[in-house]
Amino acid sequence: MNEELATPNAGQRVDVYSSSPLTGDATEADRATVTRRTSVYVYEAPVRLWHWINAAAILTLMATGWFIGSPPPSMQIAEATHQFVFGYIRFAHFAAGMIMTVGFFGRIYWAFVGNSHARQMFYLPLHKKKWWREIWHEMKWYAFLESKPKKYVGHNPLAQIAMFFFMTVGMTFMIVTGFALYAEGVGQGTVIDAIFGPLRDWIGNSQVLHTLHHLGMWFIAIFVMIHIYAAVREDIMSRQSMVSTMISGHRTFKDDAPE
Amino acid sequence: MIRQKGMEETALSQIETFYDVMRRQGITRRSFMKYCSLTAAALGLGPSFVPKIAHAMETKPRTPVIWVHGLECTCCSESFIRSAHPLAKDVVLSMISLDYDDTLMAAAGHQAEAALEDTIKKYKGNYILAVEGNPPLNEDGMFCIVGGKPFVEQLRHAAKDAKAIISWGACASYGCVQAAKPNPTRATPVHKVITDKPIIKVPGCPPIAEVMTGVITYMLTFDRLPELDRQGRPAMFYGQRIHDKCYRRPHFDAGQFVEAWDDENARKGYCLYKMGCKGPTTYNACSTVRWNEGTSFPIQSGHGCIGCSEDGFWDQGSFYNRVTDLTQFGVEKNADQVGLAAAGVVGGGIALHAAVSALKSAQKKTQTSVSKEEA
Repeated sequence: MNEELATPNAGQRVDVYSSSPLTGDATEADRATVTRRTSVYVYEAPVRLWHWINAAAILTLMATGWFIGSPPPSMQIAEATHQFVFGYIRFAHFAAGMIMTVGFFGRIYWAFVGNSHARQMFYLPLHKKKWWREIWHEMKWYAFLESKPKKYVGHNPLAQIAMFFFMTVGMTFMIVTGFALYAEGVGQGTVIDAIFGPLRDWIGNSQVLHTLHHLGMWFIAIFVMIHIYAAVREDIMSRQSMVSTMISGHRTFKDDAPE
Repeated sequence: MIRQKGMEETALSQIETFYDVMRRQGITRRSFMKYCSLTAAALGLGPSFVPKIAHAMETKPRTPVIWVHGLECTCCSESFIRSAHPLAKDVVLSMISLDYDDTLMAAAGHQAEAALEDTIKKYKGNYILAVEGNPPLNEDGMFCIVGGKPFVEQLRHAAKDAKAIISWGACASYGCVQAAKPNPTRATPVHKVITDKPIIKVPGCPPIAEVMTGVITYMLTFDRLPELDRQGRPAMFYGQRIHDKCYRRPHFDAGQFVEAWDDENARKGYCLYKMGCKGPTTYNACSTVRWNEGTSFPIQSGHGCIGCSEDGFWDQGSFYNRVTDLTQFGVEKNADQVGLAAAGVVGGGIALHAAVSALKSAQKKTQTSVSKEEA
C-alpha cells in the first residue's frame, strides 16, 4: 500500500469507489499529497465570528456614515411626525458602532485567552531582527522581485503591520471619536459624555471632530480594499490558504516544503 | 495712611443697594417685586426664589463692573443694550454699577481712564471685569491701543484685582474673526492671557442679550458664578446644542431637507442640514431663548446656524457646507473628496498590481511547461 503511494502515476484515474478511501475524482497523485499535507488551526471560532461581525458592522457604518455626512434626497412619505428615515439611518450607524465596540472589546479579551495567533494584530515585534528581514522579503515578493513566497501560519509581517495600524489603531480612533460625537446627542451630565466629552472640548469645535471621523472612515475604507485584494491574491498565489481560513479556521498549505 | 485704609474699607458699604437705586429712580415696591418675579422666571427658578432675590437686592451693594474693549466690533454691546428680560437699562442702572465702559460711559479721554483707575483702587478684589474682544499679542500688543497703551496691558492691569472675569462673545472666549487663520496679530482669547482668575465664557457673535443679562443677574443674586461646563460656559444657556431644541428637528429625523435655497422644501420650513447648518455642533440657547425679545433666530428665518458661539468657527470652511473643506491640500477639498482620491489611487494601484501578478504567474507557468518539455 505504502509503496504504491510513493510512486504515484500522476493524472491516472483510478476507480475511486472501489479502491480508494477518497471519493470524487481523486487521482493517485491526489491521494499521495493528501497524506502529506496538513493544516494548522489558526483562527479559533471567536476570532472568525468577530471578523465577520466586524466586517458587517464596518460596511454598515461606512454606508450609514456616508449618508449622515451627505444625506439622501429628501423623502415625502408622511408627515414629519410619522417619518423617521434619517433617524433610522442614524440609529443603524449608532447600533453598528455599539456592536463594533463590543466586538472589539471581545476581541481584545480573546487576545488574552485565545491562542497565540489571536494576539498578532495587537502588537508589532519591532525588536526581532527576523521580523524585519521578513518584511523586506515580503516587500520584494509584492514588488515581483522575489519568485517564491514564504509560508506563514498567522499574518505575514506586512499584514501584521496593516492589521495593527488600520484595525487596532484605526478602530480605536474611530470608536473614540465616534463616541465623542455620540456624546453630543446623549447630552451633558451622562456617563458617555463624562468619558468622551473631554476629547470634544479638547479639540474645541466638534465640526473638527466630524472631519477627523470622516477621514478615519476613508482610512478604514482603504484598508478594506487592500485587505480584500491581498487576501484573494495570497489565496491564489501564495503557498497557503487565505479566504477559507477565515471561514474554517484552518490554514492549509499547498506544498510540504519546510519553509 | 491709616485714614486712607479706613476709607477703602467703608467704600463698599457706601455703595447703594439695588433696591435703593430703583426706589430713587421712582420705581414702586410693586414694580420691584414684579421685576424680581420676572428675573426668577428668566433664570428658571421657582416662586420660592422671588423673596430671596428681593432680599438680595434690598441688602446687597451693587457690584461694580469694569467693561473693557479689545479687538472687537462692539456687537456684544449692541446686543446687550437690547436685552428685554431684564431690560439692559435695569441692569446698567440698577443691578450693577457700570463704572467704566468706554462705549456706554459719558466720560471720555483722561476722565475715562481716571474712572477706571478709581474703580480698580476703590473696589480692589470686589469688582467684575467684563471683557469684550481680545488682546493681540504680536508686536507687543501694538495692534490694539487703548488710552495710548496696548490693550493687553490694560487687561492685565484690570484683571489683577478683579473678583471674576466675564469673557463676552466669541472674541474674548475663543478669538473669533481676528484670530482666524493665519491670525496675523496673534489675537488671543482672554483665558490664555489671564490664567489666575475665574473666567466665565459667554460666547456668540454676539451672545444673546438675555443670556448676557441673565449671567450678570445670576452672579449678583447668588453671589457666585453660575454652573459652568467643561469649556467654562454657563451650563444653563450653553448646555445643549441648537440642534437639540430646534423646532425643525422633526424634519431632520424624517430626512426632509432644504435641497437648494428657495426651493419648495425651504418654503415648507424643512431642515437646513444640507445647506450647511451648524446647529448640530453649536452649543447655544438660540433655539430656546431666541433673539429680539424671543421673536426669531437664524434657523427660524430660513438660514442655517453658522456656529458663531463655537471655538474657531471662522476656520470651519464655508457656512454652507456640512462636510468641512480642508485647506491643507492647497485647493479646497473636503474629507470625502480627499478620501475618494486616496481610495482611487489605492484602487488603481491594486488593479495594476493584480494585472502584473496575473501576467507574472502566466509567464511562470509558460516557463515551467517549456522547461518540462525540454526535460
